[in-house]
Amino acid sequence: MKPEPAMKVPLLAIDRLEIEAPGKGGAPLRLIDGVSLQLAPGRVLGLIGESGAGKSTLGLAALGVLRGGQRMTAGEVRLAGQPLGRLDPGAMRRLRGREVAYVAQSAAAAFNPAQRLIDQVIETALACGMSRAGARARAIDLFARLGLPDPARFGGRFPHQASGGQLQRAMTAMAMCARPRLIVFDEPTTALDVTTQIEVLVAVRSAIREEGMAALYISHDLALVAQMADEIMVLRHGRMVEHGPVRQVIDAPKSPYTQALIGARGLVRTPRPSAAPILEVRGLDAAYGEMKVIGDLTLSVPEGGTLAVIGESGSGKSTLGRAICGLLPWSAGSVRFAGRDLAPELRRRTRAELKDIQLIHQLPDLALNPRRSVGAAIGAALARFRGLRGAAAREETARLLRQVDLDPSLAARLPGALSGGQKQRVCIARALAAEPRLIICDEVTSALDPLVAEGVLKLLSRLQAETGASYLFITHDFGAVASIADEVAVMKQGGLVASGALADVFDAPPDPYTAALLEAVPQLSPGWLDEIAARRSLPDTARKDHAV
Amino acid sequence: MGRLILRRGGTGGLLVLASTLLLFLAGEMMPGDFASKLLGASATPETVEALRLSRGLDASPAARYLAWLGGLLHGDLGLSLTNGREIGALIASRLGNTLLLAGLAAAVAVPLALALGTLAAVFRDSWIDRAVLVLTMVTVATPEFFFAYVAIAVLAVELNWLPSISIPRPGMSVWEVLQVLVLPVLTLVVTSTAHVARMTRASIVAAMEQDYVGTAMLKGLPRGRIVLRHILPNVAAPVSAVVVMTLADIVVGLIIVETIFAYPGMGQLMVDSVAKRDITVVQACGLIFAATYIFLNMAADMLAIAFNPRLRSAR
Repeated sequence: MKPEPAMKVPLLAIDRLEIEAPGKGGAPLRLIDGVSLQLAPGRVLGLIGESGAGKSTLGLAALGVLRGGQRMTAGEVRLAGQPLGRLDPGAMRRLRGREVAYVAQSAAAAFNPAQRLIDQVIETALACGMSRAGARARAIDLFARLGLPDPARFGGRFPHQASGGQLQRAMTAMAMCARPRLIVFDEPTTALDVTTQIEVLVAVRSAIREEGMAALYISHDLALVAQMADEIMVLRHGRMVEHGPVRQVIDAPKSPYTQALIGARGLVRTPRPSAAPILEVRGLDAAYGEMKVIGDLTLSVPEGGTLAVIGESGSGKSTLGRAICGLLPWSAGSVRFAGRDLAPELRRRTRAELKDIQLIHQLPDLALNPRRSVGAAIGAALARFRGLRGAAAREETARLLRQVDLDPSLAARLPGALSGGQKQRVCIARALAAEPRLIICDEVTSALDPLVAEGVLKLLSRLQAETGASYLFITHDFGAVASIADEVAVMKQGGLVASGALADVFDAPPDPYTAALLEAVPQLSPGWLDEIAARRSLPDTARKDHAV
Repeated sequence: MGRLILRRGGTGGLLVLASTLLLFLAGEMMPGDFASKLLGASATPETVEALRLSRGLDASPAARYLAWLGGLLHGDLGLSLTNGREIGALIASRLGNTLLLAGLAAAVAVPLALALGTLAAVFRDSWIDRAVLVLTMVTVATPEFFFAYVAIAVLAVELNWLPSISIPRPGMSVWEVLQVLVLPVLTLVVTSTAHVARMTRASIVAAMEQDYVGTAMLKGLPRGRIVLRHILPNVAAPVSAVVVMTLADIVVGLIIVETIFAYPGMGQLMVDSVAKRDITVVQACGLIFAATYIFLNMAADMLAIAFNPRLRSAR
């Protein structure tokens, strides 16, 4: 289906594959619906799509693995010419690790906590008959090429002694150790911070090229895939939506879905004129027991506008949100809200203060009581903060649901019957029910697929215009910041490193950390990763024409 | 890690101390009196009182407790109320017998339970799993005394394969001693295996759901290697805890089993002494059982530390 130079036997050939899983109510659910692809040795195919698109199912099918109850109902998967569905289990097992290897999203969970890394990395190579000394030398060489610290001794660590980014690279080394011809990367950097992600990306890509391995690179981030892959396949609801060389898919997407995915990245907000602050945080210190998380933090949220607090994991940004809400009493400093000092403890705050500051969580699944209907969840907030009950509350609930673009009939449903985006909208409606003046949005779009997240961001912008509420928008997603913030504050290790108007900070980052963060945000433009790699002089031997 | 062990050791010592207090109070509250038991109904109040006096029971409970504690610190378990002999000597001969019985039972029960649990987990939902499930359900619901009497009725009385009374005598060959021990060991094994087998199965099944087992599978490792290298090291900690609990179960079961088979061990000594209201002996036996129990639990904690690289080596 696509032209290959000197068409040999493809390394991986998937032909009209269909995979079904037992669905609710007996009817089987089709996870993969007639997908075909061919992958030549040394090529990298990016698989992208939202959650539930079938990316991981397809990736595992390349290893001949079907998860819980899945069945292959049609088509076939051939690896190096061998039909995976028809091999006996022993033969299939021998292909894994040797011909095709797998790198999982969460390397931290994928390593055995009771064994040293080196033993796990060389395990497959030993099983293939490599000598222990040879396998160790190969592993150490891979550690070095993947930029791991002290390669000769790194393998002696236990998984808990390495960071998330290091484990992800160690897992890549583990996959490569026995020299398989194909590696399936399943969202290998999704759990990492942007600055860590870019190090892993550069290291992994150069290793793939040096080893001449083919790869299936699965991600929900179009920009990442554009940097890693030679060609892209877009999946949706188990079907192939678009497939072609990277540049063609990005520059001239044919399907409306791909166009929307690319468009979702371009949402830009027109900044508001600066206003007087509604929330002022001064010299804030906060700690969990002995562990100090925030130190001497000062920032403010403009009335009717949005302050985006950006930072990597562990920077203290969520703790800041919790402190302002009163969930974590601070130890020093002050927080002024609408001209009055807030008490650190929740129970010493007035009803009006509680009503005026609302919090929306990252994970709507955990923020909604699964046994309480949508209407009851919103109704509780209406009764508590505005004294609305009965017909008045029902009417207001319907109005709120319409305001967040949901059908008012959803009020009778339990959260379990809603999609992730719908649940987050319910959480927004619940926050709005109190008619707050400040809403703290803690990573509200991080768990959502790009198009759904885009919808939620648009909704939040529109609601701000309608209600005049101010937002403290906590996030690690720079794309979201650009589309919602008026001002930004960059946090690192509990302190502020940069702050100011969005345009000022983003266009001319005032400090190296912010600059590094911004630089690490994946871009669609071709060669972006190469530029970064060159600038950082990381070991990257990337050559487009690398021989296979 | 050294500090962790020291702290566990300290807690263990405190627990033993607390158990001496409990044992002493329990002894004080036990109804009846050794002297009237020993002297019979015809004894005059004066002779009863004289016997009590001669054993030092006129002192206050606090003084007697402290005297007992002081003796314990010197390794002196005190004197038997009934015959005035050293409890240490009385117990010495019995302790060996008990350790032999418990040791044999543990040596059979633990490997058997681990093997059954592992098999059931690896072949989950197969006939092996179901057989282990049914077997353990039945045995866990069977009290020691019931199984012991059924075993006697069938194996000793009906079939006459084994003796119904388990009293090893001096001059018996090893083979004869083992024969004598078969029934009590069997009873202890049958009634204590089920818990470990079921916990082993549960731990392994939980470990098999972990991502790293999926990784091992995707690495193309054979099933045996996955179980040995990736699952078992990670279930060692929970399973060792259950193993120790089983040993504790065996210790408790001993008291009943020794009595049923008239086996001259610590358990039987304790039960006899209760009947004679020989409180000092009961306390000494109880203390040894309690200390064993506490030590076993400490050992389980230590094993958990040893098996967990996070605790074993600092970051």
